[in-house]
Amino acid sequence: MGKRFLMKGNEALAEAAIHAGCKYFFGYPITPQNEIPEYMSKKLPEIGGVYLQAESEVAAVNMIFGAAGTGKRVMTSSSSPGISLMSEGISYIAGAELPCVLMNVMRGGPGLGGILPSQSDYFQATRGGGHGDYRLLVLAPSTVQEAVDLTMLAFDLAEKYRNPVMVLADGFMGQMMEAVEFRETRAEGLPDPAEWAVGYMKQRGSRALIKSLYLDPEELEAHNWKLQAKYAQMAQHETRFESYLVDDSEILIAAYGTVARIARTAINELRGEGVKVGLFRPITLFPFPYEPLENLPASVRQILTVEMSCGQMVEDVRLAVGKERPVSMYGRVGGMTPSVDEIKDQVRKALGR
Amino acid sequence: MAKGRVGVNEERCKSCGLCVAACPMKVLRISDRINSKGYRPVEQFKEGCIACRMCAITCPDVVLEVFRLEDDKACNA
Amino acid sequence: MKETKIFEKPKSMIDVTTHYCPGCTHGVAHRLVAEVIDELQIQERTVAVAPVGCSVFLYNYINVDSYEAAHGRAPAVASACKRLLPDSVVFSYQGDGDLASIGMAEIVHAANRGEKITVIFINNAIYGMTGGQMAPTTLVGQKATTCPLGRDPKLAGYPIRMCEMLATLQAPAYITRVSVAKPKYTIKAKEALTKAFQTQIEGKGFSFVEILSTCPTNWGLRPVDATNWLEEHMMPEFPLGVFKTPE
Repeated sequence: MGKRFLMKGNEALAEAAIHAGCKYFFGYPITPQNEIPEYMSKKLPEIGGVYLQAESEVAAVNMIFGAAGTGKRVMTSSSSPGISLMSEGISYIAGAELPCVLMNVMRGGPGLGGILPSQSDYFQATRGGGHGDYRLLVLAPSTVQEAVDLTMLAFDLAEKYRNPVMVLADGFMGQMMEAVEFRETRAEGLPDPAEWAVGYMKQRGSRALIKSLYLDPEELEAHNWKLQAKYAQMAQHETRFESYLVDDSEILIAAYGTVARIARTAINELRGEGVKVGLFRPITLFPFPYEPLENLPASVRQILTVEMSCGQMVEDVRLAVGKERPVSMYGRVGGMTPSVDEIKDQVRKALGR
Repeated sequence: MAKGRVGVNEERCKSCGLCVAACPMKVLRISDRINSKGYRPVEQFKEGCIACRMCAITCPDVVLEVFRLEDDKACNA
Repeated sequence: MKETKIFEKPKSMIDVTTHYCPGCTHGVAHRLVAEVIDELQIQERTVAVAPVGCSVFLYNYINVDSYEAAHGRAPAVASACKRLLPDSVVFSYQGDGDLASIGMAEIVHAANRGEKITVIFINNAIYGMTGGQMAPTTLVGQKATTCPLGRDPKLAGYPIRMCEMLATLQAPAYITRVSVAKPKYTIKAKEALTKAFQTQIEGKGFSFVEILSTCPTNWGLRPVDATNWLEEHMMPEFPLGVFKTPE
């Protein structure tokens, strides 16, 4: 095992990005993710990188657009209302097929909402968020160590698919401290930015064009199908999930991120009482792991989705299992969190005990 | 005074007339011909160009090339 | 007789007919930019950023690395590109609706940070691409499709003078207003563009060239009349001159 550091989640996310080779950060302050830009503003100049505080999230995401167009590893971070402001730019980034990493340390909404943890941006993250038919690759860590690992993976995936990748965390993940280790990994065979990015005109012998406008409808349709083919590739190769005690379960809890941790504790306690309950935890929210949910063991009679939202991921769970098994939903919102006891009660209630 | 000649890329011309207005010697005019885009291209219709380039500088469509004319004798001198 | 060619298409300009209306001076500004790129021999390290507007297709006409940016956001895109590629020469090319309305925050803050980029600001006092709506630079009394009786300052305020406003900031190095309405102005506009690019290349900071331009189609004037209208009506409101210059 490598050297371990006790770090706050937000700082660990930032350090993970630096370990992944990200030297460029553009962002705008918003709670509860401020430790990320603060960390970057100190560290990046020390390694010859760029930290720039934008005048708004709108500007920040367009700086990401400009920076990503050079093919270098770039990122921004924000929290829910800020991601809404960035959504236009994210659509342009997806349309122009630029790689970048976006972090959303979610807080409660709608509107200004609150500053406490939430999972109510699931729809926004997994359905694109801005205008047009596009998708982000969405990674949802449930521990600080996993946040570190997925952040490093995010940069590889962004380059591999030339697509924005979102690390979808919540305020708990950002604010809690855990021991983490930085494992140096980098995918091989990633595309060479010299083939498409700006700044290589002399080397390449032709200029780069970073664009998303196609006035010819046939061209725009073809561009859209090309993007869809890419998302299909992601679904085929990048779907990630964790199952815990699924094989003999009568009931499965579907949860991601922080809620999955709480659910795991509830599951362990219920197992102690003889309740056959397990956990299905999507790690990629897009692509969502539909297939494993479609092919659950026969013992599983029903699914309980637990979220810090009024019911967002539950729609994907229902899409996966169809009418074969009943799917119920328990949510707390606004910065309130489902407790272990509440989850246990919900499981018992679902089982009619 | 220098002597010159204006070359016209007729297909590129949109008939806006800015060069006609800019020419101090009034040697340009809109022609009667029609190019493939439906515009009447500009033409130099008489001698007197002084190679001042005002037409080309004001042309928004890079229609014009300007040549300075020198007789060979002057050139050899 | 011996013929010497003394004016031709700049090499960094792509050999196609532009989509601009007859007499639109975007074409003149494009050509000047291409001439400066050729003369400074920077084609392979120049990056253009053109946002939404008539000139979003700048990349169809100038053969350099290019970004197409969202409406108003070109200075943010250009800022980041320049910071990551400090040896490149980065310019944005923006219209008045883009720069002075939706993109006001981005231009002010890029200027205020002293980004080492060049901003070319085409002011024709109207929204061109969308069909002649009122712009932040539309003159008082000037008719547009969204102020059919003429701009009324009681409802819509007064035209914004970008050069004067940006010149109040400490960081910008070079701020100037020129025109391409007639050859005598165009010659000076090229000098200004050359100086703006040199300001960037020499690392002196942010450079801004406002170019008063015509929009004959949306002004409802013939091209030659539009150049006269610009002189008579726009120049008094937007005086030509240098507002800041590198020390």
